[in-house]
Amino acid sequence: MRADRGLFLHLGVLAALLALHVLAPPYHHTNLARIMVLAVYAMGYNIAFGYTGLLSLGHALFFAAGLYAAGLLVYHAGAGAPVAMIAGVLAGGAVAVAVGLLALRTAGVAFMIVTLMFAQAGYLTILYFGAWTRGDEGIVIPRAARMLGGLDLSDDNTRYLVALGLFALALLGNLALVRSPFGRVMVAMRENEERSRMLGYNPFTVKLGALAISGLYAGLSGAAYGLMFGYVGASLASVQYSILPLLYVLLGGAGTVLGPLLGALVMFYLIDYASSLTDAHQFVTGAALVALVLFAPRGILGTLRARGLRWLP
Amino acid sequence: MDFGPFLLLALMEGLVTAAVLALTASGLSLVFGIMRVVNVAHGAFFMLGAVLAWFVAEWLPGPPALAFAAALVFCPLVVGAIAAIADMAVLKRLNYEPEATIVATIGLLYILEQAALSLFGPDARPVEAPFSFRLQLPWFGYSGYKLAVVVAAALVLLGVWLILKHSRAGLLMRATQEDRDTARAFGINVDRVYAGVFAMGAGLAAIAAVLIVPISQAHYLMGGDPLLLSFIVVIIGGLGSLRGTLVAALLIGLSDGVISTFFAPTLAKIIATLVVALVLVFRPQGLFGKRAA
Amino acid sequence: MTKRWISTTPTRRSVLQGIAGAGALVAAGVTPRFVQAQSSAPLKLGFQLHRTGIGASYGRWYERTASAALKVLNEAGGINGRPVEIVFEDDGTDPKRGAEVVEKLTTQAGCDLIFGTLFSHVVMGSAPRAGELRVPYLVCSEGHHVASGALNRWALQPGITDVKSQVQAMAPWVTANLGKKVTMVFPDYAFGHDHRDFFTAAVAAQGGEVIKHIAIPPTETSFTRYLPQIPTETEVLYHVMVGPAVLTFVKELGEFYGSGARPEIFGFIDSLEAVDIASPGLEFLDGTHFWEGHPRYKQQDASEHEAFYRAAVGVDDSGASVSDGKDIATYAHMFSAWETLFVIKAAMEAAGYQGPADRQKVVEAIEAMTGFDEGREHPQGAKTFNGKTHQAFGHQSISRVEGGRLLRVHQTAIEDGLYPDEVDYTTQSF
Repeated sequence: MRADRGLFLHLGVLAALLALHVLAPPYHHTNLARIMVLAVYAMGYNIAFGYTGLLSLGHALFFAAGLYAAGLLVYHAGAGAPVAMIAGVLAGGAVAVAVGLLALRTAGVAFMIVTLMFAQAGYLTILYFGAWTRGDEGIVIPRAARMLGGLDLSDDNTRYLVALGLFALALLGNLALVRSPFGRVMVAMRENEERSRMLGYNPFTVKLGALAISGLYAGLSGAAYGLMFGYVGASLASVQYSILPLLYVLLGGAGTVLGPLLGALVMFYLIDYASSLTDAHQFVTGAALVALVLFAPRGILGTLRARGLRWLP
Repeated sequence: MDFGPFLLLALMEGLVTAAVLALTASGLSLVFGIMRVVNVAHGAFFMLGAVLAWFVAEWLPGPPALAFAAALVFCPLVVGAIAAIADMAVLKRLNYEPEATIVATIGLLYILEQAALSLFGPDARPVEAPFSFRLQLPWFGYSGYKLAVVVAAALVLLGVWLILKHSRAGLLMRATQEDRDTARAFGINVDRVYAGVFAMGAGLAAIAAVLIVPISQAHYLMGGDPLLLSFIVVIIGGLGSLRGTLVAALLIGLSDGVISTFFAPTLAKIIATLVVALVLVFRPQGLFGKRAA
Repeated sequence: MTKRWISTTPTRRSVLQGIAGAGALVAAGVTPRFVQAQSSAPLKLGFQLHRTGIGASYGRWYERTASAALKVLNEAGGINGRPVEIVFEDDGTDPKRGAEVVEKLTTQAGCDLIFGTLFSHVVMGSAPRAGELRVPYLVCSEGHHVASGALNRWALQPGITDVKSQVQAMAPWVTANLGKKVTMVFPDYAFGHDHRDFFTAAVAAQGGEVIKHIAIPPTETSFTRYLPQIPTETEVLYHVMVGPAVLTFVKELGEFYGSGARPEIFGFIDSLEAVDIASPGLEFLDGTHFWEGHPRYKQQDASEHEAFYRAAVGVDDSGASVSDGKDIATYAHMFSAWETLFVIKAAMEAAGYQGPADRQKVVEAIEAMTGFDEGREHPQGAKTFNGKTHQAFGHQSISRVEGGRLLRVHQTAIEDGLYPDEVDYTTQSF
């Protein structure tokens, strides 16, 4: 039996991230925890966009659903972090299904705009209910409420390991998904919807399923972000946070399991490094994006896969 | 204020919004319709038009009307040139691959915003209107310039329509839109058509910005809203339909204003957004688009 | 848990003065600097700066003010005899990036503390991380977040009065001099809601009434259609706006009222920060009133400290940059960056600050303070400081626009702005 290179690669990445827990200097240690949480969001985005071909501009709504479900439960109802985390995941999935039931009547650019507008309505709703959400200013989750079982999420080491745990769960789940029969149907839907339909698959159900999984991922990431970093605010529901995972996925490589992590990593350090370099740091970031896409039009891993690493999942 | 005048004011405001939006969106519609490119930097071209108008007004002595007229010619040309360069240097090399283009135009957006921030600064800066005629209605006063913007936008849109329908350039564009490969086979220089379309799209955004800047000031972050609204308008109207873009701009411009007379402002925005989204849910091809086969 | 500490050598940004061309930026910007940790080494203060994003107008002036204060500070011998440097880091006026900047300034750049944040949402997003890192976080925000108890023991606001106090201090003058029936126009988010809640209560306490709240969606760029909602019986129109569209708002207000009858207008200068009062379309503002944290136009009775501060930052008597008369300062707020730096000096000296191990002592030293006297270090005026709520309280100015200039007509007493404590941070653990 042939060695499973794909599985080994992913386990290797997880092992490297575990090693970085000990090796990384403190600054990068916290950054990596953040990046892993955001990479879960981007992985969710990738399941909808990279694998199923659903270009959404409204994923911030699913992320915010998780963020606010968790945050408001803890802040106003005094719920514990485990309950909040589960509620966040479910909220992300539920909102994605609700949006999907309407938005999936459309396709292509219309889908893009419908999701964008639902997310915009969601963002305004958060502002409208400012009495509970404190609108743009947002709310700070008290440290005492950020306990996941016996784990103190405001502690750097615990946070890193919890982030890694969630990331590993999401990554291996993603790998299993794309290797499952359903994963192959998702890709078939992206490549040729008509043909899949003739083979007996219902495009609507498949896409709704993919969007629901995508929403669960986004909800998990949102809830984890709120509980780990202690802040829940409306800016995290704005359109920029819908474009962010799209950018991560495109940079890393759409339709690759590791692409979202790589994209989030590259983008984070690009901005971080550029701002150490010059005051006009957006210029550097912008130029680097243009250069990257010229050299790797399918994203970093997507281009590598096209140039030989065909086995890359 | 009574309800009648209130509604009248909301309608007039909506009309101004719609006019500028139609102009901005028609630029995006050309790019989107002909090149199938999602241009995230369209709002940045809009912003650039407004910022350049401020520079023109600053540097050109004489009455505001003269500077304004100069800006109306100069800004779209410069912005169009920048767009054409971006097209030839970057987008063409990406072969207009939709996904790569999104990343590239996000990069372009960053570059243009930073350029504006560094050279123009972070403040909102006013440009004087070419004339300051004020219409005094029995219930409220209204800026005569705003009404002039509606007329000017209508004239420019008429010009765009004439170019598309009755000029050789328009013919080439439409041919390229129908089928890029066939157009190429017939000897059309598709690269030049694309660069021209991209420049024209950006130029239209710049014209819209020059018109709006005496009303709403130049600011380096002003491109965000026009970008989102233009996308919405183009898709609601139906891809590739200039008439659809116009109707959708009116629909969005007016619905926002009228709904805001009935509800709390933020609630009105939420409702208006959902209404427009539902239009698309139940008519995915847009108001005037052809249903996909 | 053992973790290996690798001492990274951060490349510090050097400030780019003027920009010759986009291409030159990258090449010109790199100035690596190597710093060893010694007790004689400079103290490093992190500054969370709104260099980009919607706060950029403020950020530019906050940077200039802090740099000017730093020069004064170092010329007078620094802190504890040690030279001081400020590391400015852009947060994009974004709460997520804000928290990352706190991280970067603390663990990578090795700053002793962090200060300078203005926008409330960035404060809220960043404060949790500052608390976890146990680094003093001194904000210059005028938000009520610190005094409301939403933050933690490491967050303080010693340089500027919070909005609740500002609004409460001015309400008596407004109801006594302008009118008792008030309509409020404010942005529909937390900052606007603070104005709504605190001012409405304060007006009611004076026997007045807020008859209408008009909350403008923050995504709005045009305002005319909301103005007819202002009831005709309104005696005072109270407005506060922030962000790029403020000038549009004020201009449209002028267009709406034209030369006809209008109520008295009382605005927060936030609606016109970094904007020239003499801009075309703003003529109607003559005779209206503004709150100012610090009067933009140099007043007749200005103190010598005020003159010194103005000259040091490079602001002329009209509140514009001395090098560019069109570059209007965010004068009503930016003094907080200056004054906060001198509070830091006083606190570090009182605590005998040696290095990061003494960070807690700095917070305790500030908590022990009770007030600041007017002087070079506090040119805006005297303040009291409440160590329990971590909040400073100062004088507020009410100015009237006359001939395109702002003239102070009233200054509130510090007592006018005091309210019962909502939190006692000193009972919280570090």
